Amino acid sequence: MKNSVEKLSGGMRFRRIVGNTLGHTVLSVLSVLWLVPLAYLLVQSFRAEPGAWSPTFFPVTWTLDNYVRLFTETKFLSWYGNTFLIAVCSCFITTAFSLSVAYAFSRIKFGARKPMMNVMLILGMFPGFMSMSAVYFLLKVLMPNNFQSLLSLIIVYSAGAALSYYIAKGFFDTIPANLDDAARLDGASRAQVFFKIILPLSKPTIIYTALTSFIAPWCDYIFVSYIMSGVPDTAMYTVSLGMYKWLEREMIQEYFTTFCAAAVIVAVPITVLFMWLQKYYVQGVTGGAVKG
Amino acid sequence: MNSDYYLMSPGKRFLHKCKDAAVGFGRGFCGFWVALGRGFLRITRTCIDTLKQIGVDWWHGDLATKASYFVLGLSHIAHGQIIRGLIYLALELLFIGYMVAFGGHFLVMCFENFFTGGNIGRTETHVSDVWDDNLGEYPKIEGDNSFLILLYGILTLFVVLFFIIVYFISIREGAKLEKNKKQGIKPDNFARDLGRLSDDRFHITLLSLPMLGLFMFTIVPLVTMIFIAFTNYDANHEVPEHLFQWVGFKNFVELFSMESKLGNTFWRVLGWTLIWAVLATFSNYFLGMLLAILINKKGIRCKKLFRTMFVSTIAVPQFVSLLIMSKMLDVDGGIITQFIQSVFGYKMQFGLDITTTRIAIVIVNMWVGIPYSMLMCSGILMNIPADLYESAKMDGASPFHTFVKITLPYMLFVTGPYLITSFIGNINNFNVIYLLSGGGPGDLLLYTDGAKGTDLLITWLYKLSLGADRNYKLASVIGIIVFVISATLSLMVYNKSSAVQEEDSFQ
Repeated sequence: MKNSVEKLSGGMRFRRIVGNTLGHTVLSVLSVLWLVPLAYLLVQSFRAEPGAWSPTFFPVTWTLDNYVRLFTETKFLSWYGNTFLIAVCSCFITTAFSLSVAYAFSRIKFGARKPMMNVMLILGMFPGFMSMSAVYFLLKVLMPNNFQSLLSLIIVYSAGAALSYYIAKGFFDTIPANLDDAARLDGASRAQVFFKIILPLSKPTIIYTALTSFIAPWCDYIFVSYIMSGVPDTAMYTVSLGMYKWLEREMIQEYFTTFCAAAVIVAVPITVLFMWLQKYYVQGVTGGAVKG
Repeated sequence: MNSDYYLMSPGKRFLHKCKDAAVGFGRGFCGFWVALGRGFLRITRTCIDTLKQIGVDWWHGDLATKASYFVLGLSHIAHGQIIRGLIYLALELLFIGYMVAFGGHFLVMCFENFFTGGNIGRTETHVSDVWDDNLGEYPKIEGDNSFLILLYGILTLFVVLFFIIVYFISIREGAKLEKNKKQGIKPDNFARDLGRLSDDRFHITLLSLPMLGLFMFTIVPLVTMIFIAFTNYDANHEVPEHLFQWVGFKNFVELFSMESKLGNTFWRVLGWTLIWAVLATFSNYFLGMLLAILINKKGIRCKKLFRTMFVSTIAVPQFVSLLIMSKMLDVDGGIITQFIQSVFGYKMQFGLDITTTRIAIVIVNMWVGIPYSMLMCSGILMNIPADLYESAKMDGASPFHTFVKITLPYMLFVTGPYLITSFIGNINNFNVIYLLSGGGPGDLLLYTDGAKGTDLLITWLYKLSLGADRNYKLASVIGIIVFVISATLSLMVYNKSSAVQEEDSFQ
């Protein structure tokens, strides 16, 4: 086989070289196209000229003032802190909830298992936002004084975590049940099996769940804008809500470059986190996709 | 698919596929209602079985067991599980207390006019007829809050349901305890009972908190909103100043009507939602697959680098990447608009012209979505058996032929479910539409109730839930419609994947 490759005729080799060059060119052009908007964001964050619109792609004068302004004149730092706090809390709750549900449905064949799974399947098909106005009232009833708070947001992001058990369950299903049986024959309880055997084996799915639930509050606009609608104190906002307001018609001329700087500060940690954990992410996505 | 299929011309094959898809959709839609009916039947059957069982238990039971039909837990107490029995008793007392003090009242207020179509709640906020000397005016009297009454009513409905379940479970347990005692089997003591929560009843420990969260913040609100679809709750009936009423199916009839402006708006938005979902899903899927094939091709270097560069758009939070995109396309001075104008002399009317905006959104969505499908397809491409390609090469197949005859069928076969899932995802793609165009541009001649030219059902729902256009009843109806569409499509996936399991082979 190897010989035959080496003995390719000149024409074939020529075609292959042309094909590869073409492939590389197309890919390079595309990847540059893909990165242009992000590059624009990055360079605009260093732009010294005021206003929303610049006639050139690159700024005429470069400056760090936008970043300085971000931390001294705006409430960006407290938005960042809020989002971080929410993300950490909802990450813990969501991971704990969805792993517990996944394990229960994967290993314990109790009577209500099938009906519960069906009900959860149906719940997942309603648009998540549909019930928001009722959730809003419910929070208002439960916490009359401070329902527009970070606690409400944590609840909103993590209370429905049980519905996202599919990927973890898919993973648990691939761990042989013999393992559980053997441990239980040796006298281990279900809880011991879960904590001492299954969890240590489930690093990829734990990381996947934690990662997605940590990133969710950073990227969400729809829920936070609803819960926080009409709050006068902008210090309560999260990054997405605060930054969205900067691009509204009245503020964009003043805040566009600040927005770009803030976007860089938000995007860099998320991007790094994502790239670092990409492997797990791909496993999660493809695992879910093929199973359907 | 029958063997005639392979004898058809390509055009006919395409028609055949379309017919198949239409039949599949019809089957999915019927399947939705059949599944719904079957679910109800099963629930009814379970109820009847339980009742029968309880009747049998009554017949065989001793005095304590019979008494436990009225005072829960008596059978437990009489047969050796005292603490468990006391817990059941406490639950019953709690339930009765709740219903008398709180729940019963709201349940009645909420549903007393359900069929006749009257107010939810009794007194509307009004100015009293009696002069108040202290205030120096006619005092304002706070009325009932229809929304809270509905919320509490539904909560109470669930409490009743839970109590019924607890009731039946405790009676069954009591009867079993008695039987065991007669046979001389000792009942578990309370410590052992608790211990089982970490062993064979571990699922109760695991599920209780997640399910509580799900119940409080997903199920109760969702059911409330489903009921809202049958009321006239909107900006004209805003709580707590006004009451709102039960109206039956009126909202559905109005929304579906072909004559009214609202009906026209709805059909327009629905049409664009479906067109958008088709365009977005297929453009991303096929182009992503091509990109994945190109990157995975033999002889391409720096595969990892290329992949990372494309994936970076996924990694950046969508509200950042989409907002910056929307500003780059801005008609006033966005950099892309300026660029196109200076090169082609054409001023792009993003956000002003409906068709231009729609096309731009689909293109930007490719920028966002192609990396996703590229990632997924690369994983699957590597799993295609290499010998398929080798034998194709030996037979002298061109790359194009290999793609059409091997890669594409394999991918479609494996990722069929993903395709439908992402179709559903696109129907609900709030971010791309709302952050890019905000649903705009509007056209008051064609649209009403806050809907605009690029609004999907889901962004319209968002606008109907807050702000000046708020119209909760309409938002709920739209939510239910989105649910029916998603459920139908999901059933198609379900049918497909069960077919896959049966076939078990890929040719």
